[in-house]
Amino acid sequence: MPERIIVPFGPQHPVLPEPIHIDLVLEDENVVDAIPSIGYIHRGLEQLVQKREYTEYVYVAERICGICSFIHALCYCQGVEHIMKIEVPDRARYLRTIWSEYSRIHSHLLWLGLFADGMGFENLFMRSWQLRESVLDVLEDTTGGRVIQGSCKVGGVRRDIGQEKLDEIHRSLDLFDQQCRGLGDVFLNDDTVKYRLKGLGVISKDEAYDLGAAGPTARGSGVAMDHRETGYAAYGDLGFKPVVETTGDCYARCAVRVKEVYASIDLIRRAIEEMPEGPIDVKVKGTPDGEYFSRAEQPRGEVIHYLKGDGSKHLARARIRTPTLANIPPLVKMLPGIQLADVPIVVLSIDPCIGCMER
Amino acid sequence: MTVKEEQTTTDVALENLLQEIEALHAGGYRLVQIGCTDLDGSYEINYSFDKDYQFKNLRLTIGPETEVPSISGIYWGAFVYENEMHDSFGVPVTGINIDFKGTFIRTDEKYPLSVTRRRGDRCQNV
Repeated sequence: MPERIIVPFGPQHPVLPEPIHIDLVLEDENVVDAIPSIGYIHRGLEQLVQKREYTEYVYVAERICGICSFIHALCYCQGVEHIMKIEVPDRARYLRTIWSEYSRIHSHLLWLGLFADGMGFENLFMRSWQLRESVLDVLEDTTGGRVIQGSCKVGGVRRDIGQEKLDEIHRSLDLFDQQCRGLGDVFLNDDTVKYRLKGLGVISKDEAYDLGAAGPTARGSGVAMDHRETGYAAYGDLGFKPVVETTGDCYARCAVRVKEVYASIDLIRRAIEEMPEGPIDVKVKGTPDGEYFSRAEQPRGEVIHYLKGDGSKHLARARIRTPTLANIPPLVKMLPGIQLADVPIVVLSIDPCIGCMER
Repeated sequence: MTVKEEQTTTDVALENLLQEIEALHAGGYRLVQIGCTDLDGSYEINYSFDKDYQFKNLRLTIGPETEVPSISGIYWGAFVYENEMHDSFGVPVTGINIDFKGTFIRTDEKYPLSVTRRRGDRCQNV
C-alpha cells in the first residue's frame, strides 16, 4: 500500500483569487481524502446589521460579494419587503430582473474565463473576459457601477432605465448572443476541453441532493432546482425553466453555466419587451417586525438571507447562507479518486466565491 | 410554470431533534442551512429544509451551555453549518463527522457573533 502524504492546497493558489485551504490526503498522485478549512477573510458582516439601519444595510449586503452584489441586495430587500408587506412596483421588479441577469452573465463569463485559464486555454480565457467587459459596460451605463451597482433599495430600485437605453440594450443583445454562442461552442464542443473535463469530479444526482448542493453544481448532476422558478422579481411573469445536465462531472457544470448565459440573454430580451410603465419605488414607512427566510438564485446557486426584526430600526439578526458554503460538502466528495493535477479544475468547477462564504 | 414557495416554522424539543430530522430526511427533504441567533442569554437554532421549494424550518431554543447533537450522521454535509455555529456562537455540538474543534472559521476573536458570550456587548469593533 502506498504511503499517505498530505499536500496543502491553498490558501494561496494560482487558480484561487481568494483564500480557501484544503488538506489533500494523497496516495502517490491519487487523492484519497480532502479536508477543507475556511475563515481566512471572515468579515462578520452579519453582525453589522445591529449597527446599521435596515435601509442602510442594503449597502452592506451588496458588498458581501463583488460578483453577485446586486442579487445579495435584491435578496435582502425582498426579505425586508416581505416582513413589512411592501408591494414593489412592477417596473422595479422587471428592472431588478434585468440587473440580476446581467450579474449572472458577468459572473458566468468571469468563471468561464477562470476555468479556461485553469485548463491552460489562455485564448479562451481572454475571449471570455473580453465579452464580460461589454456586460460590465451595460451595468455601468445603467447603474453607474461596474461591480457595486447600488441600484436596489427597500421598496423598489433607485434608478430607471429610459426607453432609448432599453432599445439600445435590446438591439445589442443579438450580437452579444451570437458572440456568447461562439464562445460557448468552444466550451461545449472543443475536443481538448471535453477531454479535460468529461468524467472528472463526478457527483451523482442523489449525492448532490443529499449533500445540499446548490446552483450549477446541483443542476449539473440533474437536480432541477433553480429558485427563479418560484417567480420572485419578474421571473413569474417571464416564465423560467432551469438548465439541467445529467452527467455530474466538470463538463456538465461548465455546460450548465454556458447554457445559463444563453437563458439569461433571453430573459433580459423578454424583460425589456414586456417592461411595464409606472413608478420604480414606493415610499417605505415603519420598521420591520417579524422574520423571513428570503431566497434568491445567485450565479452560484440559492442564497438565503434570514432576517429577523424586532420593530426597531435595526434588524435583530441577519443570517446569510451563501451557495459556496452549501457546495463545500459536495466538493469534499468530488475530490477523492481524482489525480492531484486535476484538483484545481475540480475546485474551480463549483465556482467558489470565498467573499460570499466569508461574509 | 411558477412554483409557489411556502415556509413553515415548527418548534422542536432537544430530545426530539434527531427523530424529527430523520423523518424529514426519509421524506426526501434536503438540508438547506443551519443558522443560529443569539437571544442574549439563549440560542435559537433554525434547521432549514426544502423539498420542491416547500421550506420547512425546525426551531430549537437552548441555553448557552446545552450540548446539541450533530445531525451530520443524517445529513453528511451538515458539518459546515455545525462547525460554523460552534465557531461563531460557541454552541457546543457533539458528534460532528468532521469536527474542526474551533478552527473552521479563523477569527481573532473567539465566538465573534455571540452576544451571550460577550456578556451583552451587541457588536464589538465597530
